[in-house]
This record gives sequence, C-alpha cells and structure tokens, in this order.
Amino acid sequence: MGRYLLRRLAFLLVSLALASVVLFVLLRLLPGDPANALTSVGASPEQIAAARHSIGSDRPLPEQFTHWLGQLTSGDLGTSFVSSLPVGPEVSARLNVTVPLTLAAFVLAVVIAVPVGFVAAYKRHTWYGAVLSGISQLGIAVPVFWLGMILIAVFALNAGWLPSGGFPQDGWDAPAEAVRSLVLPVVTIALVMGASLIRYVRSATLDVLGSDYLRTARALGASFPRAMWRHGLRNASVPVISILGIELASTLLGAVVVESVYALPGLGSLLATGIAQHDYPVVQGVLFVSTLAVLLIGFAADLVQRIIDPRLRGRLSGGAR
Amino acid sequence: MSKNRTTRASLYGTATVATLALGLTACGGGSGGGSASSGTWDKSATVNIGSLYEPQNLDNTAGGGQGVTEALNGNVYEGLFKLTDDGKVEKLLAQNHEVSKDGLTYTFTLRDGVKFHSGKELTSADVKYSLEKVIADDSQSARKSNLEIVKDIATPDAKTVKVTLSKKSISFVYNLSYVWIINSEAKDLKTTEDGTGPYKLAKWTRGSALSLDRFAGYWGDAAANKKVVFHYYKDASALNNALLTNAVDVVTSEQSPDALEQFKSNKNYKVNDGDSTTKLLLAFNDKAKPFTDVKVRQAVSAAIDDKKLLESVWGGYGKLIGSMVPPTDPWYEDLTDVNAYDVTKAKKLLSEAGYAKGFSFTLDTPNYDPHPTAATFIKSQLAKVGITVKINTITPDEWYTKVYKNRDFTATLQEHVNDRDLVWYGNPDFYWGYDDKQVTQWVEQAEEASTTEEQTELLKKVNRKTAEDAASDWLYLYPQIVVASSKLSGYPVNGLNSQFYAYDIKKKG
Repeated sequence: MGRYLLRRLAFLLVSLALASVVLFVLLRLLPGDPANALTSVGASPEQIAAARHSIGSDRPLPEQFTHWLGQLTSGDLGTSFVSSLPVGPEVSARLNVTVPLTLAAFVLAVVIAVPVGFVAAYKRHTWYGAVLSGISQLGIAVPVFWLGMILIAVFALNAGWLPSGGFPQDGWDAPAEAVRSLVLPVVTIALVMGASLIRYVRSATLDVLGSDYLRTARALGASFPRAMWRHGLRNASVPVISILGIELASTLLGAVVVESVYALPGLGSLLATGIAQHDYPVVQGVLFVSTLAVLLIGFAADLVQRIIDPRLRGRLSGGAR
Repeated sequence: MSKNRTTRASLYGTATVATLALGLTACGGGSGGGSASSGTWDKSATVNIGSLYEPQNLDNTAGGGQGVTEALNGNVYEGLFKLTDDGKVEKLLAQNHEVSKDGLTYTFTLRDGVKFHSGKELTSADVKYSLEKVIADDSQSARKSNLEIVKDIATPDAKTVKVTLSKKSISFVYNLSYVWIINSEAKDLKTTEDGTGPYKLAKWTRGSALSLDRFAGYWGDAAANKKVVFHYYKDASALNNALLTNAVDVVTSEQSPDALEQFKSNKNYKVNDGDSTTKLLLAFNDKAKPFTDVKVRQAVSAAIDDKKLLESVWGGYGKLIGSMVPPTDPWYEDLTDVNAYDVTKAKKLLSEAGYAKGFSFTLDTPNYDPHPTAATFIKSQLAKVGITVKINTITPDEWYTKVYKNRDFTATLQEHVNDRDLVWYGNPDFYWGYDDKQVTQWVEQAEEASTTEEQTELLKKVNRKTAEDAASDWLYLYPQIVVASSKLSGYPVNGLNSQFYAYDIKKKG
C-alpha cells in the first residue's frame, strides 16, 4: 500500500505539472491582449507598453512560465492583472462557497440516487420501477440553468421561502443565512446529478442481481437482504464509486452555471470574470486549483475502490501481490 | 444558457466601453432624484443597492473601474467639487476658489472642520497628494490626460492650495470633481479607504457585496440612512429576481428592457426613466470612401429611422438625439431635425454624391447587445435606398485593435458613455477621423475660454456643425433606468458617468 501511495503521488505531481504547462500555453494562445483591459481607449502605445510591462506580459513566455511556477511552489497564485490584488486569498474565499455547495449537492444526490436506483432495478418489472427510471431519464435531459430558473420562480419569487440568489456578505459568519442561500443551488445540482446517478446505480444493481455469486449465496440459504448486504452491495458499489468521483469532479467544474443563475460568489463565477477580462493569473489560479481538486477526487475514488474490492489491489500498484 | 452568455458578453462590453468612456473625456454625476417622499422615513435603515458593476479594486487611479465610482464617489470619497445628478458643478470640499486674470492659477480654500474617516483633519497637503496621485506615471485614472496641464501645486498654508496650469482650461474645475481627496498617509487603498465622505467603508467582500456605514464625524449633513450595501450581480435576471424578492431595494441601472414590464405594472416599484450620457453611434470612418463625402453621410443618416430602432430596442425608453450632446451637457440643443429620417431626401443626396445606384460597405459590429440588433436594423433600412451593408461581427478586443487603434474600418457601431465628449470631434486623430479645421479651433478656443458662457457658445457651434456634417450618425441616447422599491426616495435617477450618490436615499419603515 505504501508503494502504491507513492506511485499515486508521483502520478499526481506529473499530472499537475503537465496540466500547468497546458493551461499556461492554451491561455496565451487565446486572442486578445490583457493590456487592453488596463488601458483606456485614449491610451498611447507607450501607455499600453507600460501596462504590459507592469503585468509582465511583455516578457518571453518561458520566463513568464518559470516565474509562475516559482510562485506556485511557494503557494502563491500570483496577482490579478486587473485588480492588482493577490489571487490566492480570492480563490480560497470563493472555495468557501463552491466546496460546501458541491459537497452538499453531492451527498444529497447520493442519498437520493442509491435507494431510488436500487428500487428501480429491483422492482423494474413493476409500474413504479418503470416510473422511477423514466423520471431519471427526464432528469438527465433537464438543463441545470433551466431547473434553477424554475426553482427560483417557485420557491423564491412565488412562495418567498428562500432567497432567489446571492450569498450573505458575512459568509459563514452568518451560518443560517448562508445555509438558506445554498438550499436552492444545492437542490438544483443534486436533482440533475442524482438523475444520472440513479441510472448508474440501477444498472450496477441489475448486474449484481443477475450475477452467479448472488444466486449461489441464495442457493446456500442466505436470505435476499443478507446476500445483497454481504455480496451485492459491495460489488455494485465499485463501478458506482468511480462514477461518483467523475460526477463530483464535473460538478465542481460545472458549478459556474449554477453560480451564475444564483449569483453566488464561487469559483465558477471568478473563472468566468477572469476569462472575460483576460486576467491570466486569475484563470490560471482557478484552473490550477480545480485541476488539483479533480486529481485528488480521482485519487480518493480509486483508494476507496481498492479498499472495497481486494481484487483491485493487485492491479495498478504492482507491489501488493 | 444563451441568456447567461449574452449577459456576460454585454457585461464585458459595458466594461470595455466604460474604460473607453473614461478615456474619451469628461464627466458627469449627481444626486438627489427619485420621487419626493411624503411622511416619515427610517433614519436607521439599511439600503440595499443592486448593481452589475463590481469594483475591481477600491482605487480609482489603479484600475478600480466603473464600479468603484458608483460605490465610492461622493459616498466615501469627495472632491473639491461635485457633479450633481443633473450635470452641474458645485463646491464640495472647496470653500472657495479664485482664478487669476490670465486664467492659469487657481487658488482653492478648503472647507473647515473636514475629517477623514481615520480621524485626521483635511489639509492642503492631502489635496496636493491626491492630485499628484491622479497625474502620476502609473495612474490609470480616467482624468489623467485632462489634468496633465497641471504644472505646479503649491500649499502656502494648511487651508490653501494653489494650482498653476500650463495652459488655460475652462474644464479644470469640472475635471476636479473627479479627483478624490485622499488622506496622504493612507495605505492599502486597493482594499481599504480613507476619505471624507458621509459613509465609511464597512466591508468589501469580493464577488459579492460592499457595505458602507454612516460616518459619525462627517462635516456636512449626515446621510439619510444608516447603512448602504451594494450587492453585485453578473446576471441581469438574477439582479431582477433580487429586486422582486426584496433582497435589494434599488437597481442602479436596468440593462434589460424586457424585465421592466413586471416592475412597471407593480405599484411596489417605481421605474425611473432618467437621462444617461450613453450614445449609440453609427460611426463612419470619415477618412474612408465613400464616407469622405458629406452627402453620403447625410444620406445614410437620413435613411435610418432612429425612432423605430429605439422603439424596438428599448420600448418607450431612451431619447433621440441629433448630435453627440446629451440633455445633461450644458451645450445641449435639440438637433434631431438635422438629417432627420427622410428616405426621399436620402435618395436625392445619394444621387447628388454619384451613388444613385447605391454602394456597399462593411459594418464592424461589436458582438454584444444592442449592436447586432442595430446592425441588422440598419442593414434593412439602408437596403431601401440601395445601400448594401455587410455585417462583420467582432469582439470588443478586436474592435479595440482593428477599429480604435488601427483605424482599419469603413463604419462601425459603438456606444460612447461619457458626458461632454463632443470635444472628440475636435481631434482629427480620433478613430472616426472627422477633420474640420474650424471645429478643431472652436474646441480649442472653448477649452481656453474665460467664462462658461463663452465655452457653451463655442461648443454649441461645434454641436451644430458636426450635426450638419453628419460626422457620425447618432442613433439614440440610452435610457438610464433606475428601478426602485416605492419605499425609497432621494436616489439619483440620471447616474451620470456611473455615479450613484446614496446619502440622500430615504427608506420608509
């Protein structure tokens, strides 16, 4: 296990390094000049050159890159071109919104999807099994922003139960308000995420239900719940967990839509502004942190799978045999 | 999704043009609009203001942007002079000022008893520091180019500031209304402040909100409310939802006409149709054929039904203008009759110019609202007189490089947001290339005029001449729409150049 962890860590670092190169280069390939955002229309060529110099965008790309990398290794995400304020604190402030939002939505989605998916599979021949499958299909087709708008119209504008958007200025220092403002966004993400999870849970359960080992366990006298509990769930959860990892990562990255609909000051909205303003340090910072998060989620999902399924321990690691 | 995308694009556009605007010239500002309230109001109310313009940072000489003007100008920071919401210049921190006979030396006496939020008393050294901050090499202030005529700043005593100019500038005092007087010892101005205004900064949470508390040591009349919070939104519909759920009391500038109906029909809200200073221009390249010909420009102007365009974009809001001058500029004159909509006349002018069969040109169109709509409209209008328009959609970045910097265009659409920006027609090197020796001279004379009457007289001539020459086609003046809860009164309705004075806002309990 120790060697496996080391290997995974090395893989993580290499992935991060590669991602940072790709990130850096891709951003510079985009059309547009960040100096435009800093100078007014009346700016002379000298002023534009001065603006470029002040943000360092006139230096050769390799130099800019090594500078950025140097900052990164000391935990500094650099300084925004546009606001000339440090990016790091901004990113961590935004994470205070995005991380609770994503995690709560994720947990809610799992809580919805696991029982519903199981029932949809186990009772697939009944009418309500079919209805559940149908609803999950529908859920997948619903765009997140549309669902968000509907929920706002119903629960905020008409009923007035919850705020239509925004996040309290005092953040988590006003916990009740903060929670209230996250309810609708969390539900929005959870419904959409849950719908697609239901399908995975359903098909994983179906595989297990039709498996030889379950039949064997039943034949040896185990009751269905007991057989399911001892053998079925464990086996069904392996594929589901890798999907969970992917879903969590994509929700983190996809939060931009929900954050925009609900006017939440999260990472996604920071990214959107950064892109619009050619604010490379902000975009790089957000994407770097997101990449790190996605890699860590992948790592965690992998680890959990290995703990659940001993067969996997022989693979990947090469050392546990 | 498309709604979100559009909003984001137009936000970016607005930001670009705000920068633009700042570069373009001049100023604006004011307070004290809204409906007069009857009855009592809550002196300890919190006023929640919804805005699409978040500050980049809190320093207006370091790229703070339009949002920092909206939130802090007049509220947290004050100038020697202020611009009222109807465009007048009034004394603020200056008790008095005298101008020397040659018009080059201005002597300002400062008001007594003015304290910064930190407690320090205002002195002439702070004024000198603040002015120098605006004209410093690294300053990104919009006023920088206007104030570069400042040659020397002397502070003979703590209450007196003597400014010597390198040449006469009638707009100097007006430009000073944009210079924030800052404590010369203040630090970290990008995230904190030290001004003299009726509010001090309580908290700025980036990406979310900025709150201001009533300043107990204010020299003037205390603010009519205890606290104001600017809430920032990126999406116009999220902002409207906030207003509908009472999360905000007032929206500083409503950008989507579609949303207005729900407020207009609801007695809990008041929709204010103010005068903005933002003009939508069909800007010809006056140095490129066929727009080198006055008759062609006049013909194009006459062939477009501006009224119909305004109606389709803004419904009943906004104004028609016949020139670059909005009603809040001192030299405003109604020139909508010059080159007014007249297809027959347009056809006649075209044949006189030798284009009886029309011609075709490319219209560089910024990709955010309302330009694509306006371009399509113009295309169909000009088709009726035989002119073929090729619409070339470009990003704000491309516009800046292709049109503004390289002058590589025949005609373009753009909004120009500042007040008093008629004077750009006096600059033959400006992107649209209008070059008239007489106009250039008038603009120069106006700036060196001794009295504002003289200045006004000369700029009226410029106004009329550029309108007659159809230097550009001024399609319409944007409305400035402030939507507020009917519990509020005393808010600015014109919001000139993004100012939003909050201290007169009264909220009924």
